[in-house]
Amino acid sequence: MQARSRRDGPSPSPASYDDGPRLVEALRRGDEDAFAWLVCRHHQALLRYAGVFVRDSAVAEEVVQETWLGVIRGIGSFEGRSSVKTWIFNILANRARTRGVREARSVPFSALLARELEDDEPAVPADRFRPADAPQWPGGWAVPPQAWNAPEAALLASETRRLITDAIAALPPVQREVITLRDVVGMDAEEVCRLMELTDGNQRVLLHRARSRVRRALEVHMAVEEVA
Amino acid sequence: MEVVELMTDYIEGALAPSERERFEVHLSLCPPCRDYLDQIRATIGAARITEDGVPPSVMDELLHAFRDFRRD
Repeated sequence: MQARSRRDGPSPSPASYDDGPRLVEALRRGDEDAFAWLVCRHHQALLRYAGVFVRDSAVAEEVVQETWLGVIRGIGSFEGRSSVKTWIFNILANRARTRGVREARSVPFSALLARELEDDEPAVPADRFRPADAPQWPGGWAVPPQAWNAPEAALLASETRRLITDAIAALPPVQREVITLRDVVGMDAEEVCRLMELTDGNQRVLLHRARSRVRRALEVHMAVEEVA
Repeated sequence: MEVVELMTDYIEGALAPSERERFEVHLSLCPPCRDYLDQIRATIGAARITEDGVPPSVMDELLHAFRDFRRD
């Protein structure tokens, strides 16, 4: 049978590819619409994920490009043991780690993880709470969080987003990876545990530290905004 | 103080039913903890990626690669 342009044929509406066997089958058939759909769906998220491993944005773009080439080459032997999404992100992590090592960041993951789990910095500095032996409300708020004014509008401002991105970039590496996957990319906990080979409990501890720190970074900003 | 350390477990649905109930009772009595929870949720919401799409030149290149690989 002659190969013909897939664009001539009927193609399923993008939503019906979802993330499973139908998508894999379409990609193996050479369905360009399916591939374009997949690229559109994950490209920006992959760029952000690459940024966890490599700081230089041009290098991050190369890593994402290489990831897509890996997808093209690997789809034929993809065994479907994870979702397509997890598989793609895994390809990226492997490539980016290789690059990261070349860029002289070579502390093993297990050592980074142990270090970040040991660090038990509280979500909020202890001096913002009453002492445990206080006569009234022991352990309660001494300096409660100030309410954020009009959080919706203010949080959607590009300046605030930039601040969040910077706060995430300043996190220790494993926390940075967890919060990027969970809150920036929007992966669920199970996918992240599988991708990063973390236990559910450790994933949550790291996510908690990361979110707490990013909130603290925003708090300063929101307080300043109120005065301004 | 212990309550803020439970925020993520609460949001993630990882608290045991009895802990969850205690947490919610506390929230109902403690406006600062409610503010804190709202701020964590707002932070999560604002972190989510907003960009989408792919530069046309990148997409063209990738589609070429997709086509070429199948031809080989």
